[in-house]
Amino acid sequence: MPDVSDFILKLQRRRIEGSHATARQTAELLRSVVSQTRMPYTNQAASLLDAVRAVGEQLIAANPVELAVGNIVRRVLHIIREEDLSSSAVSFEGLMISEKSDDEDDADQKGGPVLSAAAVAAAARSTLRPRSLQTLLEDGPLPAAPSKSSSAGDSEGKSKSDKSAVGKRLKHSVIEAINLLIEEIDDCYEDISEQAVEHIHQNEVILTLGRSKTVKEFLYAAKQKNRSFRVFVAEGAPRYQGHVLAKELIQKGLETTVITDSAIFAMISRVNMVIVGAHAIMANGGVIAPVGMNMLALAAQRHAVPFVVVAGSHKLCPLYPHNPEVLLNELKSPSDLIDFGEFSDCMDFGAHGGAPLMHVVNPTFDYVPPNLVSLFITDTGGHNAAHMYKLIADYYSADDLVIKRKSTSSN
Amino acid sequence: MDLRRPNRPVIGPKVRQVGFVTPDSAAATSSSSIPAVSAAAATSAGSPPSSLSPVMIPPPRHPSTEMSNPHFHPVGSYNPSEQILGSPPALSPSRSSRFDADGSDFGGDDDESVALSGVGGGMTPKSSLLMRQPVTKTAPLVSETRKRDSNVSKGKGEGPSAAPKEKLTKAERRATQEAQRAAKAAAKEAAAAGGAPSVSKQPKPATKPATQQKKDVPSGSGPLQPLAPSGSIEKKQGKKEVAAPHPRMQFDDMTKVGKLKKRAVVNQSEARNRVELFRHLPQYEHGTQLPDLESKFFQLDLIHPSVYQVGLQFLSDKISGGNARCIAMLLAFKEVIQDYTTPPEKTLTRDLGAKVGSCVSFLIECRPLSVSMGNAIRFLKNRISSLPHNLSDKEAKSRLQSDIDRFINEKIIIASKAIVEHGVSKIRDGDVLLTYGSPSVVESIFAYAHGIKKNFRVVVVDSRPKHEGQGLLRRLVERGIHCTYTHLNAVSYVMHEVTRVFLGASSVLSNGTVYSRVGTACVAMVAHAFRVPVLVCCEAYKFHERVQLDSICSNELGDPDAISKVSGWKDLNYLDGWAQNENIQLLNLKYDATPSDYVSVLVTEQGMLPPTSVPVIIREYGIERLWT
Repeated sequence: MPDVSDFILKLQRRRIEGSHATARQTAELLRSVVSQTRMPYTNQAASLLDAVRAVGEQLIAANPVELAVGNIVRRVLHIIREEDLSSSAVSFEGLMISEKSDDEDDADQKGGPVLSAAAVAAAARSTLRPRSLQTLLEDGPLPAAPSKSSSAGDSEGKSKSDKSAVGKRLKHSVIEAINLLIEEIDDCYEDISEQAVEHIHQNEVILTLGRSKTVKEFLYAAKQKNRSFRVFVAEGAPRYQGHVLAKELIQKGLETTVITDSAIFAMISRVNMVIVGAHAIMANGGVIAPVGMNMLALAAQRHAVPFVVVAGSHKLCPLYPHNPEVLLNELKSPSDLIDFGEFSDCMDFGAHGGAPLMHVVNPTFDYVPPNLVSLFITDTGGHNAAHMYKLIADYYSADDLVIKRKSTSSN
Repeated sequence: MDLRRPNRPVIGPKVRQVGFVTPDSAAATSSSSIPAVSAAAATSAGSPPSSLSPVMIPPPRHPSTEMSNPHFHPVGSYNPSEQILGSPPALSPSRSSRFDADGSDFGGDDDESVALSGVGGGMTPKSSLLMRQPVTKTAPLVSETRKRDSNVSKGKGEGPSAAPKEKLTKAERRATQEAQRAAKAAAKEAAAAGGAPSVSKQPKPATKPATQQKKDVPSGSGPLQPLAPSGSIEKKQGKKEVAAPHPRMQFDDMTKVGKLKKRAVVNQSEARNRVELFRHLPQYEHGTQLPDLESKFFQLDLIHPSVYQVGLQFLSDKISGGNARCIAMLLAFKEVIQDYTTPPEKTLTRDLGAKVGSCVSFLIECRPLSVSMGNAIRFLKNRISSLPHNLSDKEAKSRLQSDIDRFINEKIIIASKAIVEHGVSKIRDGDVLLTYGSPSVVESIFAYAHGIKKNFRVVVVDSRPKHEGQGLLRRLVERGIHCTYTHLNAVSYVMHEVTRVFLGASSVLSNGTVYSRVGTACVAMVAHAFRVPVLVCCEAYKFHERVQLDSICSNELGDPDAISKVSGWKDLNYLDGWAQNENIQLLNLKYDATPSDYVSVLVTEQGMLPPTSVPVIIREYGIERLWT
């Protein structure tokens, strides 16, 4: 598909960066993937899953640090599973009402008539995320055992015309759900900033680092509720996006002070709250954030200043980090830090046995361990770091984690 | 555990060498590390007390006896004076040669010219190859100078190397001095009653009577607490054990600011959009006053041109760094003293003290004094006021000049060498050392360690807006040291592989707080979080009895425009014209305070100390000795 290769190229070349942009475009791409997939007569959900997974793997491989891509792929997979379950439940229901003598699926649909579609979906959701050891053992390697069996039973008990209708319905509802997801990604700022007044009160002094749209909207929302407060913006080397944020804030009449990153420790003793954005939130509650955040979090901890991370749900990543400072990081060009013209003679590879004496390290991200984060504010409300794994489990199905982990490790 | 941390070959039994190092191990390391030549020199110097003991608590000796040890002068490619004077050559070569000329003009005083050539040679920027010879020559000369110096002063009975037994005589001497001075002051007062009106007619602050000048200086000076030039000094010394440091000038006090403005030479305009939190600190628009001052050059006849030059260099940031600024200032004062003639009907002690005071207040207007400069001024004023009255002008001047040279040599140059010696003992093969900014002492430690073929790597952490680390990076790479360069935000990324953090300090305060270049606290904090030892290298003359808990109560504000302009990012001009919008302020802090619990050890010429020992050094061992 041209769309896919085009998007992969953009990801590889880092043309698209930032979790919001990548998340949104991934969702749009997967929507078109779903709509273009030709639906077979049998096992439609599995074919959809395979199609999405194949594309998703490539996308994740294109830029493994852009965790939002993987998140969205997993979300879409999860959506397909859910929609499949609920549609099959609806069809079961229809079956039960129309023809009451279906012996093969009897065992499966004992309670069928009495249950509403939603209840079945809820029950199916719980089967999607097997928690107990027993279900883990029983499930075995097959990823979607319950949905498969149900769709298989479904296919056997239905006429062909019915089946195509169900297939269309599945595809349609998946696309609908992806649209909702895209909407959610776009609207997350509003949901988060609604909570601003609960956290920011009069005469507060707030410190932030770099630039985050979520933080900006959060502060705007508090300002709109006529809270007057002061914002310190650390400029956020090496990109100095803090300048942009400062400019945006003063346009809304917020009192803003730009400080250098080095003054963070000096100023934090006079700050009431640190509010920052994140690149991704890991399942253990750790945060992958723009570089410098760990230093800020440590300073906040030293002075017992609340360290609040605001992030949309598309940044919730179901993976647990291992050595994230190295493995989930990206080193950028040294030209951000030094002028090649000035230091070209120091970077001479020929002078000292093939290796230059000088190295320049310019990482993009920092890992903030969960014990340094006081509060997460997502579009579903405030959460403790220790609770993040549970919150994340609501959005993803456990089967997808395994598959994706393989694919991420392969690149 | 961590693959990125290189495996270090085990050198010896694992003995943790933190804190006090026993003389044995220090001697062992030094003898192993220094080439045989210096070892031989050390043995020839011979006397056991002169061997370096890292901790010199009892018995209290004068630093000069400690420092005059030839053992201190490393022979390797390490080039001390160039190091200590830091990145920018503090003075131009022509200037230093002028010094030499002055010194030789100055009546064939051998001590003087020798010391001058030593210092002057260090000032001239030359390639390290060329420098090697002068330096190796310089070092013995310096010590020789000091020996003679001390001999001379001992002969006159009031030298700096006051042995314990002399203390009694000192007290006596003080009493007689006070009596003399009181008598003289009374006589002067009577004389001044006649002479004062004609003097005070002139509008410049420098001509104000000494008593008023005395008041001026502490009010504007920030860190320093100059001793009053006349009789009150004895009183002060009597109660100095209990006296708290003078409160600093608070710039949100409108009446005081008004007074200060009235007598200011440098007409600085207040910066716009001040940060509310820092109202108590002076903040001026940068650069505007420079052409103004330059045009006033010929009107300010009362400011000595060399002080004027140094002041402008401070103002334009040509000279920065505690040691470099202090040396530049002292050398300027030396010229002032050189060109000084006591006006009729005045005494040298009082009038010269006032003259120095006016120079100091000029320098303060250019840039607030650092603690090191404050301490140096205290030393100088103390020396001036304790000059015996029966000295001729020429004698007094030569004595003061040699005092200044002695201060520069002992407290800065040789102290740095001692620190280098101590610091190098904490570098092992395979270490990854991190430093922040461009501390001159740390740079010499690295250079020396590299000179004695230690195998290590340096991580240079840098930050906006000054990017001082780039200069350090360049100099280290030119020496052939493996370097990694990064910015402050990435410090927690690089800290995994770091085994030691070496930091410099502008000052160490009495509660152990390290007052240093802004960002140092961040580095120390991250190192602390990663369990990496933090070594702060600081000469003891930068210690101060003040205490400070945060970085806000006392600090220095830099030019806010430096923040809005990002060098190297042409498209980053979001904050252009920021001054038009009153909602935005840019804060350019210059210093911050590192809490003492982040500091593992303090490397001073007195040894390696925990930061809790700073008050001990200040109160018990000798900051007072520094001033005499």
